[in-house]
Order: sequence, then C-alpha cells, then structure tokens
Amino acid sequence: MVTSETHADTMLLNMGPQHPSTHGVLRLLVELDGETVVNVTPDIGYLHTGIEKTGERLKYQQVITLTDRMGYLDNMLDELAYVLAVEKLLGIDMPERVKWIRVLLAELERISSHLIWLGTHALDLGAMSVFMYCFRERERILDVKESISGVRMMTSYIRIGGLMADLPPQFEQKVRDVLTLMPGRIDEYEELLSRNELFIERTKDVGLLSAEDAINLGCSGPTLRASGVPYDIRKTNPYSGYENFDFKVITDDKGDVYARYRCRILEMRESLSIVRQALEGLPEGPWRIDDRKIVPPPKDELVESMESLIHHFKLFTEGLKPPVGEVYNAIEGARGEMGFYVVSNGTGKPYRFHMRAPSLYNLQALPTMAKGYLVSDLIAMIGSIDFVLGEVDR
Amino acid sequence: MGVNNPESIPIIEARSLRGPGDTDYLPLHQGGVLTTSVERVVHWGQANSIWPALFGLACCAIEMMSMSAPRWDLARFGAERFSASPRQSDLMIVAGRLSVKMAPILRQIYDQMPDPKWVISMGACASTGGVFNNYAIVQGVDQIVPVDVYVPGCPPTADMLMYGFTMLQDKIKRGVPPASDMRLSGRGV
Amino acid sequence: MAATPEDTLYALQNRFADAIGDVARFRGEVTAVVANDAFLDVCSHMKDELGYNYLSDLTCVDWLDREPRFDVVYHLTSLTDWIRIRLKVQVNEAESVPSVVSIWAAANWAEREVWDLFGVKFEGHPDLRRIQMPEGWIGHPLRKDYPQTQITLPRPKAEKAAPAGGYARPEQ
Repeated sequence: MVTSETHADTMLLNMGPQHPSTHGVLRLLVELDGETVVNVTPDIGYLHTGIEKTGERLKYQQVITLTDRMGYLDNMLDELAYVLAVEKLLGIDMPERVKWIRVLLAELERISSHLIWLGTHALDLGAMSVFMYCFRERERILDVKESISGVRMMTSYIRIGGLMADLPPQFEQKVRDVLTLMPGRIDEYEELLSRNELFIERTKDVGLLSAEDAINLGCSGPTLRASGVPYDIRKTNPYSGYENFDFKVITDDKGDVYARYRCRILEMRESLSIVRQALEGLPEGPWRIDDRKIVPPPKDELVESMESLIHHFKLFTEGLKPPVGEVYNAIEGARGEMGFYVVSNGTGKPYRFHMRAPSLYNLQALPTMAKGYLVSDLIAMIGSIDFVLGEVDR
Repeated sequence: MGVNNPESIPIIEARSLRGPGDTDYLPLHQGGVLTTSVERVVHWGQANSIWPALFGLACCAIEMMSMSAPRWDLARFGAERFSASPRQSDLMIVAGRLSVKMAPILRQIYDQMPDPKWVISMGACASTGGVFNNYAIVQGVDQIVPVDVYVPGCPPTADMLMYGFTMLQDKIKRGVPPASDMRLSGRGV
Repeated sequence: MAATPEDTLYALQNRFADAIGDVARFRGEVTAVVANDAFLDVCSHMKDELGYNYLSDLTCVDWLDREPRFDVVYHLTSLTDWIRIRLKVQVNEAESVPSVVSIWAAANWAEREVWDLFGVKFEGHPDLRRIQMPEGWIGHPLRKDYPQTQITLPRPKAEKAAPAGGYARPEQ
C-alpha cells in the first residue's frame, strides 16, 4: 500500500507545536498521500530547558527541585530515580520505613500519571467525560501529596538520605479514601471504553509495534510490554524494597493501541494493590538516616550543639560531598526506564547529571508505528505512546 | 440621567456594573428601565465570556487543565470553550516555560488572535524565567508579548489561577484597555 | 550468554585485547573504555554474541582540562540476563565517533542530541543535525566553556506610551 515512489505527490502537513492533541509542544511533519501517512518526522526541542546545564551549578540537594520539573506528570518517580542514584553514589542504604513510604508514594504517582494519560487519550478520541472523571479522581491523589508536603505537584518530598518530614497523621485516612474510591472508578472507565465499539474501532490493530522493533528502538514501559517483552525494572532489578511486594508484570502480545491501553489500565489496578500492601505493612522507624554529613541535623539540636551547627552550615553552603565516581541508576517510571547518570568529582555540585528519558526513546518509535495509517490513527498513536515533553526535551 | 418622564414609568439607574459581590444591582422586575452606557455593557459581555486559547507548554498546563476540571470548574465563569484555533479566542494563558525555540511561535499565535485580546502569564517561568536562568529559557514572556495579569507560583494552584482570571475580568469591567492596545512589549508602564 | 558484567568484560578482553583500555568497578557497575577504531566491532559483538540488545542510554561528559576532552558514554542492557554495562569512547573536538545507529536504532536521536549539545560528530549517522536547539544556533551549550546564565535577547521598543495620569482606578 505504501510505496516509495509516491514521494512526488505527497503533501507535507505541519502539526505544529501548538496543537490540542500533541500533548505538549511537539511538532510533527506529516507526509501525506491523500489521508494516508507516508512518513512522520517528529521535531522536538520546543521545551528545551537546559536542566542538565543548570544542574551543574546547583548542589545535589537542590537538583531534586529540577528533577520534579523534568517529568511533570510523575514527579515523585523522577525524584526517586535521582535520589536513588545519589544514594548509590554515596553508598548508603535506607531504613525500612523510608523504603516503604517511597514505594507507596511512587505507586500513587504512577496511578496519577496513568489517570492523566487516560483522560487526555480519551479526550483526543472524543470521549470528553472520561477526561473530567479522571481529573476528578486525580484531585484525591493531589490531596495526599498536599498533605505530606504542602504542594500539589512539585513536592520535593523525597530527599537524599530519607524524606522531607515524617508522614502527617491524616495521611493514612486520605490514602484509604483513595483505595476505597479507585477500584470502582476504574471499573467505570472500563465500562465506558473497553467494550465500546467506537473506541475499539479506533484502537484495535492501529499502530502495531513488533517486539524486535521496540527493543531496537529502545522503547520501555507499557509501550514495550504491550508488544510482549516483560521488562519491568521493579521485577528485574528491584530497588527501594520492591522485592517485598507481590504484584504482576502486565504484558500483552498484540502491540497495538488497544494493547497499550489495556496494559496501563491493568497496571493501575496492580499499583492499587501495591499501595494497599504498603499501607498495611508500613513499619515504624526513623524517616531519615543519621549521617550528619548527608542529612541536616534536627532543628532543636542546633541550639545546643556546635557540631550540629557546623554540619548544618556546611551542608547548606557547600553541599554533601560524594566520592569521585559515576553511577547510572534506573527505575521503572510511569513511561518506562527512567535513569539518572550522575558523575561526581568530589565537590558538592554534580559534575554532570543526565536523565535517561523514557519518552525520548518511546517517541522515536512513532515513525515506525505510523506508516500506512490515517491521520486520525496518528492521534490515537500519539496518545498511546504517552510521552511527556518535559522529559523528551529536558 | 435627566430624562422627561410624562407617564411615570419608574426609571432605574444603574450606577455601576462592577462584578460579583457588588450590591448595586437593582431589581428590574417592577417593569423598570435600566440605563447605562454602551461601553459598560460591552465590557460586561467581554468579561463574562472570555474564550481562552490553548497554550499549555509545560507543568503549568496541567494545573490549567485541572482548573477546567470538575473540582475548580472554570466554565462557570464563562470560559466554557478552550478553543484550539487562536483566531477564535480572546485570551492566551501562557502556561509554562517558554524556550528560545518556541518564542517565535508564541508571537505568531499571539498575532493571529483578533482584537481585543488579553494575555495571562501563568507561573514563575512565564512571568520571569522562574527556576531556570540559562541559555534556553526566555526570562519572562513579556519580552515577547504584552501581558495583562501575572500569576506567580510554581505551578500556581488551580485556585490561584482562577483568582488571576477573575482579576482579569475585574480589569475588563473597569474599562482598562488590554495590554495589546498599548503595544508595550517591555517591562514598566 | 554472560551472567554478570564481569563475564562480559572477560569475554571482551579475550576477544579484543588491545581495544579495551581502562576498566573501573564502582558500586557494582562495570565501566570499560574502548578504543575509537575498534568500537563498531565491539558493539556488534556485544549485540550479536553477548546478548546486549538494548541501548539504555547514550550521552557525553565534557572534561575540560583533560586530553582527550569528551567521554561518550554508552549504557547497554541485556534483556535476557537483566544486566548492565557501561562503555566509554574518548575523543577530542576534532575527532568523530562511529555511529551505532546501524546496531541499535535507539541511538538516532541520542547521537543528534550529543552533537547538538556537545559538538561531537558521529560518522555514519543518517541525519546529523540539531535537535534541541533551534537551527542556526551557534555554539554547543552543554560544554563547560559555554556560559551558565542567560544570554540577553534584544529588547523591543515601546510604540505608544501610557496616558498621562494613569488608568481608571476602582472606586473603593
């Protein structure tokens, strides 16, 4: 159907950076033969923020605020990835309570990210009420984030050496509210979409991505798992205590838009089960480590002890100093393998820090997926890849 | 307003149309006549039916979407239709960090909007460059387009943005000309 | 099929003895520096024989005071044994690195990004042009000698001044 000789009568359509369905400022140069896509070339960089350059003049603790803003839909997962990388560089291990709280918050963040994905994906395909429902549910999770740190989105709650503060007393009730509310709501979304003929017509057998193409292009996360490859870093290289939790890795073998939709819906359910397990089994204990060269001392000690004052001073002027070396630490973000490569030269500021953005590699798969389909299928594919341009462009 | 009244029809004069919370609205159910100026009616109409153009760039766009979501519903203020085409919108909410590559496109979209048009600069990055003071981010959207209302925050919560929106409505009803009319693209009045 | 990164390193050192330079082991990770001219052979061997079919990441580090200046870093993952290894190629400004797009297609945009932000050329890349910065940008921003803070943009002039006396104030 698509041949290379049609280049003479194709039309170049610019789906510009400002477009309601491109999920951010992405420019697509679509070469069309009638309504059929011959080739699509994404043009990125419209949100390039120079975060990696800015990070080189900030201290390790300050870079956490930048990582929040990179992947702005799943902030705590970015924070977690960076903090785990720095803790690996320092060679320290966290108390149990910290690990369990981090897992709980990471899974809540994954649910919140998938809710936005579902809302915007369905909105693009015409189901506007799903958008309203998903955002209504997401407000509950933002309430949880606001109760722990005071900020709805960019919490900076996960810090090097532990957390920002211990959990407030109303945290458990808020999370239980989410746990009682969500399963019924996910059933509602499935009822609206999963067996809906229009949705199935638009998503089944659209945007097929085979497993070898996906591996070759570096895709990860649900985009890869929907093509049949069971690569989930929470199971293959567990971090932060994930080996204590019982959950399944969701794969599907079709590799089309519907398969990715199904993977993410089932992942939401698995994340709810992990949150329930984490809440039931949350151990007591310290919420940060005791090493004063890494973690600032408690405020009431500063009045009495001279060394605490000096540690506080050093930490906030020069920063914590890891040994010379480099690490690469990857976690399973909401979109795939999210990794941080941190190079240290012994001072308090990272010499180089680089984020392996899952969305950059997932978006590279779009031209492979889109050949031979219609423009409206292209919209469905963009939604199903679920990229965040903050990550892609950094 | 000094009109001869031979048939004793009660004439009710509207002193101001200042917006919510104003107690000067007089009942018209007694068969009276409301007199005001055309300008005030026009401003009342403009302020209560602003159609924003979608210009969400980064994280602030998510809070803008939350503002149109059920919890903080923006549609009750008249902004029902977020229009995708700039030719059919009045307000551009620049939500997010503006990179150097995107700046000409911002200006192009702004130029495509018909008059009168307003701009809300949402968030710290759009107002002043925010957290990012480097080679890639324009330090303040008002270097490119004239701005009416600045909403600080990183990101501003949806209710903060809504307050900025109602502040813009207040400005319109008071009769302040939009910043595009003044053609000032630099800082300072 | 290797079972740990050490086995991979052993296999590589057996096969390409003179191409593998410094080896570092830090926090459970293995890093190997590979010579520039043998790099493409090493990569195809790693993908075909040793099972590293997934390119996790491709980036660059600028060591300003060192000769050679740039370190192009490759993180490879094996999806059969779930292990990772890091390879590095060291180049100067004028030299170029062979492109691995023919081995792992994931490298396409990553190499463009390294070219854009660091200025390291990749030989054999199908389409090496800027990806993050606008076309026609001069300089490579992530180099250590590029300035950190904002470059001043020219400021447009005001065409019409504000009316004398200011605007209408709300009657309080």
